[in-house]
Amino acid sequence: MGIANLKKLEARRSALHKAHENVKTQVRVCSGTGCAALGAFEVYDALVEESKKAGLPVQVELAPCGKDKDPIFVSLTGCQGFCQIGPLVHILPEDILYTGVKVSSVKDIVGKTLADGQVIDKLLYKNPEDKKRLKGRADIPFYKGQELVALEGCGSVAADSLDSYIASGGFSSLAKALKMDPDQVIAEVEKSGLRGRGGGGFPTGRKWRSCVNATGDERFVICNGDEGDPGAFMDCCIMEGDPYRVIEGMIICAHAVGSSTGFIYVRHEYPRAVERLSLAVKTCEENGLLGTKILGSDLNFDISVARGGGAFVCGESTALMRSIEGSVGEPRAKYVRSVQRGFRDKPTVLNNVETFACVPSIINEGSDWFASRGTEKSSGTKAFCLVGKVVNTGLIEVPMGTKLRDVVFGIGGGIIDGRPFKAVQTGGPSGGCLGENYLDLPVDFDALAEAGSMMGSGGMIVMDDRTCMVDVAKYFLNFLMEESCGKCVPCREGVYQLHALLDKLSRGEGEPQDLEKIQRLGKEIQVSSLCGLGKSAPNPVLSTLKNFREEYEAHVNDKRCPAGVCRDITTFTIDPDKCTGCLVCKKACPPDAISGEKKQVHVIDQDKCTQCGACRLVCKFDAVVTS
Amino acid sequence: MYIYIDGKKISANDGETILAVANRNNIYIPTLCHHEALDDVGACRVCMVEITHKDWGGWTNLVTACLYPVEEGLVISTSSDAVRRSRGTTLDLLMARCPTSDVIRWMAEENGEISVRYEQVDDGSKCIMCSLCVRACEKMGCNAIGTVGRGHDKKIAPPFFENPENCIGCGACAAICPTGHIEMKDTRTTREIWEKKFDFVACEVCGEPVMTEEYRDYAIANRDLPADYYTTCSACKKKKLASHFDKVGS
Repeated sequence: MGIANLKKLEARRSALHKAHENVKTQVRVCSGTGCAALGAFEVYDALVEESKKAGLPVQVELAPCGKDKDPIFVSLTGCQGFCQIGPLVHILPEDILYTGVKVSSVKDIVGKTLADGQVIDKLLYKNPEDKKRLKGRADIPFYKGQELVALEGCGSVAADSLDSYIASGGFSSLAKALKMDPDQVIAEVEKSGLRGRGGGGFPTGRKWRSCVNATGDERFVICNGDEGDPGAFMDCCIMEGDPYRVIEGMIICAHAVGSSTGFIYVRHEYPRAVERLSLAVKTCEENGLLGTKILGSDLNFDISVARGGGAFVCGESTALMRSIEGSVGEPRAKYVRSVQRGFRDKPTVLNNVETFACVPSIINEGSDWFASRGTEKSSGTKAFCLVGKVVNTGLIEVPMGTKLRDVVFGIGGGIIDGRPFKAVQTGGPSGGCLGENYLDLPVDFDALAEAGSMMGSGGMIVMDDRTCMVDVAKYFLNFLMEESCGKCVPCREGVYQLHALLDKLSRGEGEPQDLEKIQRLGKEIQVSSLCGLGKSAPNPVLSTLKNFREEYEAHVNDKRCPAGVCRDITTFTIDPDKCTGCLVCKKACPPDAISGEKKQVHVIDQDKCTQCGACRLVCKFDAVVTS
Repeated sequence: MYIYIDGKKISANDGETILAVANRNNIYIPTLCHHEALDDVGACRVCMVEITHKDWGGWTNLVTACLYPVEEGLVISTSSDAVRRSRGTTLDLLMARCPTSDVIRWMAEENGEISVRYEQVDDGSKCIMCSLCVRACEKMGCNAIGTVGRGHDKKIAPPFFENPENCIGCGACAAICPTGHIEMKDTRTTREIWEKKFDFVACEVCGEPVMTEEYRDYAIANRDLPADYYTTCSACKKKKLASHFDKVGS
C-alpha cells in the first residue's frame, strides 16, 4: 500500500477518515514511560479484552469497521503529560480523564463508562485544593494554560501507527512543502522565528540557510535525540509518542537543504524510542514516504536510526557526529561550523527532536501563526519537564514568555505539602538556579540567559526550602565531572576542582577565600573550555553563588547548612514542644537512633544518628529541626 | 592576507592557523598538545590567544591558536591579561594534576606568578591527557593505545589494559610525550614499554640496537625502504654514507 504521490496520500487520508467517522468513542491509553512503568500496557490489554468480552464493538486499528455500530477505538498513545497520576486513560469525545488506572479498574471502565456512559467518580482527578473531582482535561488546572505544538500529537495519535498519524493530518505539511521551492521553505522557517529547542537557541532557518550556502557535494540532516539532562524527558516523549512527526520535520528539512541522508541519534537508554522510531522509519520506507521520489517529487531521502552509548557529551553536536562516524564521542572546536563542515566533513544540519517536531506545524499553519505565539525574540511554544518538589509532575508545553510563577504554581500546582518555594533549576545540569525574585521572569531564551541560567532542552526542577543550594550545585557538578569527555583541561580538571571545593564547603571545612576561588575558577572554565559542556559547566555553582550567596556564607562562616542537608554540619534534634510522640519517625529511622514511647517526646541519639533526614521527611508536625 | 600578532603586521595564507603563522615568524605561543606531524585537537588550552577585528565592534574572544584559521585583518594578542589568566588557570590545574612534572611547572612560572593552588591529585602520574601519544600511534598505523573512559578518570592505555597486541615498540609515544610520562626501558638488547617486552635487531656492523624485531617486521610489510634500513643502526648508516661521499669526492 504505497503512497506514491500526493493524490494517494489524500486518498489514504480520506479513506481513513471515512473508516473512522462513525467511531463513537475513543479510548486513549497513555503509554509514556511513567504510565508504562505503572502498568499502562497491561491496562490497554485488559481494556481490549474486557470490551470484547462485554460484546462491545471494539476496534484497535483504523480500519473500515463493517457492520459494527458505534465502534469504540482503543489506542496506545504517547505521553499525555500528567505523569504524576498515571496510568492515564483519556476517553473522547466526552473528555473523561481517568487517572491511576489499574487493571482492576478496567472492568468498571468497560461496564460503566464504555457500555453505559457513566462517569466513574473515584477514577477522576482530585483537585488537591478543594478535594473536588474534575472530569476532563478542560477542567484540570494542569492542562489549562498549556498550548501544544511540538506535543500536539503526543498523547493523541496512536504512537506506532502511520495511519493514525495520517488521519490526524500527518504528512500534509510535507505535501505542502514539496510544492514549495526549497528557498521558500527556509524563508518560512526563518520568518517563524523558530530557534533551536536543544538549548542553544540558534535560529533554525538561519542554520538551514547557512547549510545551503556552504560548499559541498553532499549534505546531511541529523536529529539529536540524545537528551541526557537529569530530569528532562521531552524529546523522549516526542520520539516515543509521535515519531512520524519528527520524521516529517526531517524530510521537510532535507527538501529545504537538499540532503539525501539523515540520521536520528537516540541514546540507548531510550529503548522504546529506538523501537518506535525504527518501526516508523521502516513503515515510511515501505509506504514510499522515505526512499526515492518521495510523494512523487524529486526528493530522495533516507533515515537511519543511530544508537548512542549514553554519554552525556554525545548530545553536543560535534561529539554526536563523531559518535555516528564511529569514533570516540569527543567534541571538536567549532571555529568552522557544522553547517559548513560537520558529519564526515560535509555540510550538516543538526537539530533537536523538538525543533523538528515544530516544523510541520510551521509549514502547515504558516510562519505568522507560529510567530504570533511566544515573545518577540523567542517565538512559539516550548515543552518543559516539570519535576522536583512540585505537586504536578509531568510534561507540559507553554507559549514562550510564560512566567515561571504560572508554570510552577499554575500548571505545577505549587510546592508539595505547601512548603515554601526556594528555587527552580532550568536548563539541565549546566543551567542555573533561579530564586523567588525570578518567579515573574518570562521564560524565553534571552530572559533566562540574562538571569544567569539557560533554556537548555527544557528540564525544570522545582526545589523547596529543604534543598541546600551548595548540595544542588555539588550534585550537578558531580554529574558534569563524570560526564566530561576529558579532552580539554579546564573542563576535566577545573570541574573536578570546583567539585572538590564545594565538597570542602559541605563538610564545613570551607575557608573565606574559597568563595572567591570558586568564582574565579568558574569564570576561567567558562572562557577556556573547548565545547558547550565545559563552557556552561560552572553555571550551577555560579548561579547559586550569585542568587543564594548567604547560604554559601553560612556554610563557610558558621559551618552550618541552613537547609539541613549537608550531613557533616547538620544536627537533627526533636522539638519537645511540637513532638506528639506518634512513633512515625522512630519507625522510619534506619539506624534506630530515635527513642521514646507512644505519646512521649522522642529523642535522637546523636551518636547513632547518620543525618539521613528520614525523620524530618516523615514528621507531620515539623518537630524535627536541624541546626 | 595580513594579520596582526602582538601589534606586528604579518602576512598569512588562507587556511593557515594562528599558531602556524606565529611559528613561522618566531613568535612564541606555548603548546602542549601540538605537533607538526599530527592533526591538532585543541585539548591542552595553553596556546590560548585573544582575537579581535576592527569590524567586530570591540568584541574579543579567546581561541586556541592551534585550531583557529586566520582571516584578513585578524588582530591577535598572545599575552594579554585575559590570555595570561586563562593560560595560568589551565597550568595551575595541570600542576595540581601532575605535581611532579617539571615541564608544567616551568611553563607555569614562565606565564607569570603561580596564583592559585588547587587540591593535588597525588597519583604520581605526569600524564596531562594531551593525546599526542595516541595520535602518534594512530599515525604510525598501529592504534595500539587509546583513551579509556571519560572525565577526570580518563586514561591512556592499551585495549583492556592488557599487553597491547598491536604495539611494535617503535617508541613514538614515549618520544612525543611532552611531560615524559610514558616509561620506556631500553637495554642493549631489549625494550620494555606498555608492559610488553621486545628484542632488538642488532646492527650487523657494530651490534648496537637498530629497532625492535616487531617494528622491523611491520616496516617490511608496510613501508617501502632499502634493505639495509632494517639491518644497520643509524650511526653505521651515516658512516656508510660518509664513506660513499668520500669515494665520490676522490
